[in-house]
Amino acid sequence: MDNIAGSKSSLTWAVNLSVLVLVLLWLFPTVGLLVSSFRTSDQIATSGWWASLSSQERQNSAIRVAGEEVIVADGFEIRGSLFESAEVTVSKWGTSSRAPEAFDPDDVAELKNDWTLTVDGQGAFVMTSPTTLEGERLPRVFTTATAPPEWTIENYENILLDPKNSGGMAKAFFNTLTVTIPATIIPILVAAFAAYALAWMDFPGRALLIAAVVGLLVVPLQLALIPLLKFHNEIGIGKGYLGVWLAHTGFGLPLAIYLLRNYMVGLPRDIIENAKVDGATDFQIFTKIILPLSFPALASFAIFQFLWTWNDLLVALVFLIDATGDTTVMTKQIVELLGSKGGNWEILATAAFISIAVPLCVFFLMQKYLVRGLLAGSVK
Amino acid sequence: MHPALQGLLTVIIGVGGCISYFYFSNQFLDKVLFPAKGPNAGRNINRANMIRPWLFLFPALAALGLYLAYPVVETLRLSLTERMTLADGTTDYNFVGLDNYTQMMAEPKFWEALTNNLMWLLIVPAMSTIFGLLVAQLTDRIRWGNIAKALIFMPMAISFVGAAVIWKLVYDARPPEADQIGVLNALYLFFGGDDPQQWLTIPFWNNFFLMTVLIWIQTGFAMVILSAALRGIPEETIEAAIVDGANPFQIFFKIKMPQIAGTIVVVWTTITIVVLKVFDIVFAMTNGQWETQVLANYMYDKLFRASDWGVGSAAAMVIMLLVTPILVWNVRNARKEMQ
Repeated sequence: MDNIAGSKSSLTWAVNLSVLVLVLLWLFPTVGLLVSSFRTSDQIATSGWWASLSSQERQNSAIRVAGEEVIVADGFEIRGSLFESAEVTVSKWGTSSRAPEAFDPDDVAELKNDWTLTVDGQGAFVMTSPTTLEGERLPRVFTTATAPPEWTIENYENILLDPKNSGGMAKAFFNTLTVTIPATIIPILVAAFAAYALAWMDFPGRALLIAAVVGLLVVPLQLALIPLLKFHNEIGIGKGYLGVWLAHTGFGLPLAIYLLRNYMVGLPRDIIENAKVDGATDFQIFTKIILPLSFPALASFAIFQFLWTWNDLLVALVFLIDATGDTTVMTKQIVELLGSKGGNWEILATAAFISIAVPLCVFFLMQKYLVRGLLAGSVK
Repeated sequence: MHPALQGLLTVIIGVGGCISYFYFSNQFLDKVLFPAKGPNAGRNINRANMIRPWLFLFPALAALGLYLAYPVVETLRLSLTERMTLADGTTDYNFVGLDNYTQMMAEPKFWEALTNNLMWLLIVPAMSTIFGLLVAQLTDRIRWGNIAKALIFMPMAISFVGAAVIWKLVYDARPPEADQIGVLNALYLFFGGDDPQQWLTIPFWNNFFLMTVLIWIQTGFAMVILSAALRGIPEETIEAAIVDGANPFQIFFKIKMPQIAGTIVVVWTTITIVVLKVFDIVFAMTNGQWETQVLANYMYDKLFRASDWGVGSAAAMVIMLLVTPILVWNVRNARKEMQ
């Protein structure tokens, strides 16, 4: 359609450009979190993540002079470097927080006790003293320096691999997985049988049941919280995995039945009638013909249910997480970190990204089925 | 037992249980109850076929009834009662009529939640649909349209809690003398703002900062559905318009829009339902402070923080009431379609 009168090339440019702007706008927040999760807490706290993509001049927090002292002609001396990286360029430095930019590189600062300190443009320092520096509290150096972008996976190591870290995500990750897998598989099976009955079996009240399923699609699960918690307590399940699996199964069923029925109704009538003529029972038709043919719809629903149970907070809060907190899931853990470590973006960003990573993988690998499911699932 | 093992076991028991239930109940029906042989073979087959649908439906109906239908009734009952702990430690429920509702109406926090929710209802579906339609139309013709769509669709996979963290970083504020690490404040200062703002604590406007998160998530959904609808428009109508000399804007507003009006309504109502249930975003970002309360979070506060089941259930019924028109409309449409 590009060569017909309706489209002009200037308009095509405008379209491309506006799509680009929209895409960048939509990506920007997520990329910010991803980039932040690979920066050290110092870097995150002192500059915006967009600055980390290029060399930036910034004020570093104080670094205390340290090193082995050696004896020289007129006293003692410590030499060393403030930075590990050789690519840092110091533009200003100082020895107190009140005047962090008091000196240029290679200036000599006169300190108490006749100490002298000098820092060069690469961050190498020389400190001298007429008396021994052993056991003395050495001065701190404030620097304003240009450093190249620097990345670290330390945040991920801390949060995933450190067993002593109470804010760690490893346990919550496995708990989330434990909630998700049964809660995804069981409703599929239950729903598939029901969907077959609603699609291909004739019985009184069928239309009414389908209407009821459509109605239940939109019932807010908020209504179910207290009655079901009460019910779980009465039958002795209390708060725990069994309760959350059952709850997710119940809440996922309307969509599952609706999606699968709509798909199964569209399967060719001939196949099913031929099988019946050949003497197949409904059970055989279902397991041997309908189920394999319905794979795309099953996959669509599985993805929905997986994303929804993985990302859920409310159901887990109400039905799973008890006072001990042993069964905490990632979403709950992140909310807790938001409260207790609100300013520690390296922890928050990393924790959030760990929980986002799995759904994102599923999303990009199985987008086709997700889109198909969305198209079938929105009530026409 | 380790929860992971327990989970695995549950999958096996659940799946095995389901399959054996369906298999054995069918066998029982065909072989024992109504065998298709003997003098009554024909009648037996008919009877078995009358019962079989219910065998297939039973587990699903039981779960739906218990987990979705019964709670609606029970919540209605709870909203009319007051929970009392008796002297012997048992709980009792006293019928109190509409007391819970009047008590709720007297709370300013409830009205704050209701007005905020109505604001959400007006703005989020509208903005998501507009952005979704815009992207769907713009990406329709360009070569990298599918990549662009996938990237805008991506937030759909992110949890509300994850999105809350992502956007909290955007809204972050540092002391005035430090470098800003939140994009919004950095831009605000760059364009001449005086002091970095704590965006989420500015009453009234902070609601819009929270809504932005949901719009950001839901635009992808709207885009996918509307994009498919745009593709489904017959080419001839557009070609005819081009031949008649319509410009691209006329084609969009006068030819395409009327043809996808039905889909727009579907998208709009679906997002409306999501908005009515919105909980995680507010819970994680402000927890209803600074006048950002919404109904779902208000209800959670009442149920689990104040342990006031009566008022909590009344709030849940308000959400149900707001959903009901859409529910009725959906059911009517579905029935119309089936006939």
